[in-house]
Amino acid sequence: MSTPAPGLNEVLGRTFPFPRRHFISVLDLNEVEVANLLDLADGFVALNRQTSKKLDLLKGRTLMNLFFENSTRTQSSFELAGKRLGADVVNMSPRSSSISKGETLIDTAVTLNAMQPDLLVVRHASSGAAALLSQKVTCSVINAGDGQHEHPTQALLDALSMRRAFGRIAGLKVAICGDVLHSRVARSNVGMLQMLGAHVRLVGPPTLMPAQADRWGVEVFHDMRKGVAGCDVVMMLRLQLERMDGVMAPSQREYFRFYGLDREKLAYAADHVRVMHPGPMNRGVEIDSEVADDLAVSLIQDQVEMGVAARMAVLASLAARLDNA
Amino acid sequence: MTVVRPTAFVNARLLDPATGYDGPGAVIVVEGVIADVVKGADPGALSPDLEIVDVGGKALLPGLVDMRVKTGEPGAEPKETLKSAGLAAAAGGVTSIVVQPDTHPVADDPAVVDFILRRARDIELVHVYPAGAATKGCAGERMAEIGLMHDAGCVYVTDADRPIANSKVLQRVLAYAKAFGVLVAHRPADPWLSAGAAATSGEFAGRMGLPSVPAIAEKIMLERDLALAELTGARLIVDQITTAAALESLKRAQDRGLAVIATTSINHLSFNEVDIGDYRTFCKVDPPLRSEDDRQAVIEAVATGQIGVVVSAHAPAPAEDKRLPYDEAAPGAIGLQTLLPALLAFHHEGRIPLLDLIRTVTCAPADLLGLPAGRLAKGAPADLVLCDLDAPLVIDADKLLSKSKNSPFDGRRLQGKVLRTLVDGRTVYRAG
Repeated sequence: MSTPAPGLNEVLGRTFPFPRRHFISVLDLNEVEVANLLDLADGFVALNRQTSKKLDLLKGRTLMNLFFENSTRTQSSFELAGKRLGADVVNMSPRSSSISKGETLIDTAVTLNAMQPDLLVVRHASSGAAALLSQKVTCSVINAGDGQHEHPTQALLDALSMRRAFGRIAGLKVAICGDVLHSRVARSNVGMLQMLGAHVRLVGPPTLMPAQADRWGVEVFHDMRKGVAGCDVVMMLRLQLERMDGVMAPSQREYFRFYGLDREKLAYAADHVRVMHPGPMNRGVEIDSEVADDLAVSLIQDQVEMGVAARMAVLASLAARLDNA
Repeated sequence: MTVVRPTAFVNARLLDPATGYDGPGAVIVVEGVIADVVKGADPGALSPDLEIVDVGGKALLPGLVDMRVKTGEPGAEPKETLKSAGLAAAAGGVTSIVVQPDTHPVADDPAVVDFILRRARDIELVHVYPAGAATKGCAGERMAEIGLMHDAGCVYVTDADRPIANSKVLQRVLAYAKAFGVLVAHRPADPWLSAGAAATSGEFAGRMGLPSVPAIAEKIMLERDLALAELTGARLIVDQITTAAALESLKRAQDRGLAVIATTSINHLSFNEVDIGDYRTFCKVDPPLRSEDDRQAVIEAVATGQIGVVVSAHAPAPAEDKRLPYDEAAPGAIGLQTLLPALLAFHHEGRIPLLDLIRTVTCAPADLLGLPAGRLAKGAPADLVLCDLDAPLVIDADKLLSKSKNSPFDGRRLQGKVLRTLVDGRTVYRAG
């Protein structure tokens, strides 16, 4: 299904029924909804490349960014997405406010909810935090990462990047490599890519692989060369450096030798392989700069651009439902 | 003490696992003690001094003995007091509870043991027996005053949820306790594998992104505990077996004749890891819920008698400790009031014979701890439960009598309604 990217006006002229109040997990979505979100996001990519980038789809709406974990890029991506659609955007970082004074997650959320936001974007270090919040507030909740569980807008922007690079997702061979165990990016991508018909492989040392990951309907590899062999996409995951010093892997240099993406290992992938990374990268740990900066291979900058568009698509879809409610 | 008129409960279905009797009969209670048990439909000539209570064919069984209960007293009374736990126990047909030592302060000296016994006497609901700490502060480092606590009235020693990691310490505790005839209960869980875990490793926890512990952590610690029990000759209570792998180890030890008794919790008999669903923190218990294969193995072990005792593992946690992200939420579930109907589910589904089920919560724990309760026998304390075994009920957590309402059984449909509970002949609960 190689369709040309639709233009902005064409996209905005279509209707995208989106039946959900929240955006918590890719497993809540179906294939049609994802295709619609990707089409919509394609339109926003075109918008974002214009000089005038502003729409009024979210005019009068308030978007609140509630980031319990620091994240410059995801937070600013949501902020831009909201502003370009005309919303008022407020950034809350509870780390520096009441949450450190003993207020619970739910107390904070209920307090903020009383200020009548329409969209609440949440990132939290605990799995299930976004789902918990969504049960306690009246606005739409968007999961911007909950612990080791999910990061669904990342999966959407990754799918958008892949669809634009290859014209399709069905049938692609995608190797997700590195710290799968702690990665919400991996979990969301596995769910979404499988829904869209890609063949997913997980590659990493056994210490960084979830128990029984082979039951997720993916192939699991501990040898990176075999894992990336013939793959269309190699998606690297960020690795936290404190897990490297003899904890989950013996050392950074040993990890890079066996699981870092360099030219030599990448040569096992398909000739037209594209490399992805959710950022921020640890150069020389999980990815070699030579690979990361090779624009013929790397989709990493595209991913950042697609992030804004994909989040605009999610916000616009949720807001459209608010309008109808 | 309240004076109660001598009473005869007639036209009952007596259930007495100690003698294996399940049939019609009557129980006569005089001055808080079972004065006589009459088996057969005809109670014969009864003394005119007796108040006759016709129970209409309902089941009359010994009050339940729950040997693993936490309250918040002393130190965390907003969670649960000895009184609120007593009310919940009475409403659940539980007439004897053993309270865990991990309170504030820890019950690691005879003064705290004595405090609990005196509070229970003042409250005058159900029998309360303290378990003492095995080590000071339940910290797993230095032995607590096991002998003095035993004299003060503790029925066994344990560090409750906290495994004693240092093998030398556990060896000493087992050897020392043996000399005083004190039982030691120990939680089999490898503390390093368990660190930070909120769920059991496997496909489910992996997908949910929950920090997890492999089920084998239970077997690893149990193997060490069994070896130390064998070395010291002490009697070990395995505090909650919840996995098939650990049951294999237990069986080998039992086949060799080791004096080891295992318990399991009603939660692990009734739920599996998938019940956590969308991060339901009321299903966060310690040890974490296991796979369905493990649950089935544990049910089978109760059916065969390999696991002799079932506990409620009653652990109150208020809403503010549970309404949190899953990995931050407090573990534990209340269970005193739901223990009997939840257990009866295995009778109603034809899985475990009724008397065998009841044995695990009456005479088996009573005999283990040397308590006079748990049987319908002449001279035994009149701790009795009158129960409509078949009556359906829907558990409503908000209506349970514990101060904390963290019941994973909320909304569950069960059968078995407690109609009346007696402790030492006093009626401590009567269904409204």
